[in-house]
Amino acid sequence: MAEVLVYVDHVDGAVRKPTLELLTLARRIGEPVAVHLGANAEDAAKILGEHGAVKVLAADAPEFAEYLVAPKVDALQAAYDAVSPAAVLLPSSAEGKEIAARLALRIGSGIITDAVDVEAGDEGPVATQSVFAASYTTKSRITKGTPVITVKPNSAAPEAAPAAGTVEQLAVTVADSSKGTKIVSRTPRESTGRPDLTEAAIVVSGGRGVNGADNFPVIEALADSLGAAVGASRAAVDAGWYPHTNQVGQTGKSVSPQLYIAAGISGAIQHRAGMQTSKTIVAINKDEEAPIFELVDYGVVGDLFDVVPALTDEVKTRKG
Amino acid sequence: MSLRIVVCVKYVPDATGDRHFAEDLTVDRDDVDGLLSELDEYAVEQALQIKEAADDAEITVLTVGPEDANDALRKALSMGADKAVHVEDDDLHGTDALGTSLVLAKAIEKTGYDLVVCGMASTDGTMGVLPALLAERLNVPQVTQLSEVSVDGGKVTGRRDGDTATEQLEAALPAVVSVTDQSGEARYPSFKGIMAAKKKPVESLDLEDLEIEADEVGLEGAWTKVDGATERPARTAGTIVKDEGEGGKQLAEFLAGQKFI
Repeated sequence: MAEVLVYVDHVDGAVRKPTLELLTLARRIGEPVAVHLGANAEDAAKILGEHGAVKVLAADAPEFAEYLVAPKVDALQAAYDAVSPAAVLLPSSAEGKEIAARLALRIGSGIITDAVDVEAGDEGPVATQSVFAASYTTKSRITKGTPVITVKPNSAAPEAAPAAGTVEQLAVTVADSSKGTKIVSRTPRESTGRPDLTEAAIVVSGGRGVNGADNFPVIEALADSLGAAVGASRAAVDAGWYPHTNQVGQTGKSVSPQLYIAAGISGAIQHRAGMQTSKTIVAINKDEEAPIFELVDYGVVGDLFDVVPALTDEVKTRKG
Repeated sequence: MSLRIVVCVKYVPDATGDRHFAEDLTVDRDDVDGLLSELDEYAVEQALQIKEAADDAEITVLTVGPEDANDALRKALSMGADKAVHVEDDDLHGTDALGTSLVLAKAIEKTGYDLVVCGMASTDGTMGVLPALLAERLNVPQVTQLSEVSVDGGKVTGRRDGDTATEQLEAALPAVVSVTDQSGEARYPSFKGIMAAKKKPVESLDLEDLEIEADEVGLEGAWTKVDGATERPARTAGTIVKDEGEGGKQLAEFLAGQKFI
């Protein structure tokens, strides 16, 4: 059976959920071989094996942390040369897409980014994408070389599929030309204790209607009652009420959780582009004409400062 | 020695318009108005700020696209870019990201550069891969996804806000930079800027000028193929209630029914 390379997104060996989703999708095309770059491959291998990785190609080099992106492309290319895979899957993060693009160019292959589904097809993997602010769904495939595909988080439910997950060391030579962009310093983001926005099953977002940074705890309280991530519209971020890393939309993060709750968000096209693929959409807004109501499964026309706290209390009561 | 800055910009269909596919599954450009991609305005702005901080710098704004794409160049020129290069050729229709990066890289090399500035992604394709592809093709450092950028002493430095960390980056010129919408509001063209833009030079190049074969680009040369595009069915109208004191409770009821609580 053909092998499929899966690029592992992790923080010091703690594998992030989108990678497990990639393994699930990879099994539709062939045998997943994970590529783990950086420390603690043994820790990662355990969970990667549980999700179907027959093999974990591991490499650790100081250059991965010292320089931006390019050394990781060298490593993934080494893995590609070692395996000759049927496809290469990466997460659709900023870094994942950049690595994918450079790898595709090097190995003479086409690239598809932001797939929301991947299936086996007669002429190679077929990727589904959601385009034009999710108003269209396209099916695409790669016609030259080995398909390189990046996949959005929450595109598949990770399935357990025990496999060997044997760790093999991958020999990597980082080219001098890959040491062009120095990472002078790195400040890990402080954990809020909430789920990661792109990975969360539930997202609660606040917008212009939240009317100030001081009011965002109302949104956070609802999120915490549901075990959800907190998002913000561009208007709220531009006003300085919430960090840009939480921005949902065309220029922020694209999310597709099981449940998306928009509070005080009118639903401009740019915001819709980032959340329209959410499975269930709920909105709370004073303005009954707000375009967000065109998208909702359930909408409440009302003041979010009445509705959200009442909902939070009700969730807490029901959860006991 | 003058700092040569090339800003890559894209002419895109207006995202607030009704965007559709043409029969060949490329974007139907006749269907909706085009404009300079909003995310590229940030790239123009940062280039202008870099120029303003430099002793001597010149900004060339570059686009690949049909005749109308000239509008995107004029906008950038009216913001303050010095000159423009427009790569236009019938054989470019349907070119994918890899092909576009080839055309841009050749045009950048032909123009001459110390610094290439791009937006973080286009607002239509939203792939966000072009800056990385350009760095790979030009064999220069990529300093991408920057929320802050500055150039000094032959070096570019910047801040990249990633998913898990914030990084300070540094590279020697020449380099390819991309900036996010957090890098700073783009300026509006002044009346004077708009008038001045009319007199600024726009150089037109075709594939032959760039020594690119027609089969390396366009739909034929694309490395990916769209097999089908279906319009997403309109969502079935959801339940909408007016809050008359019970809105929170009713919503909780709905969420419980959907097993979210």
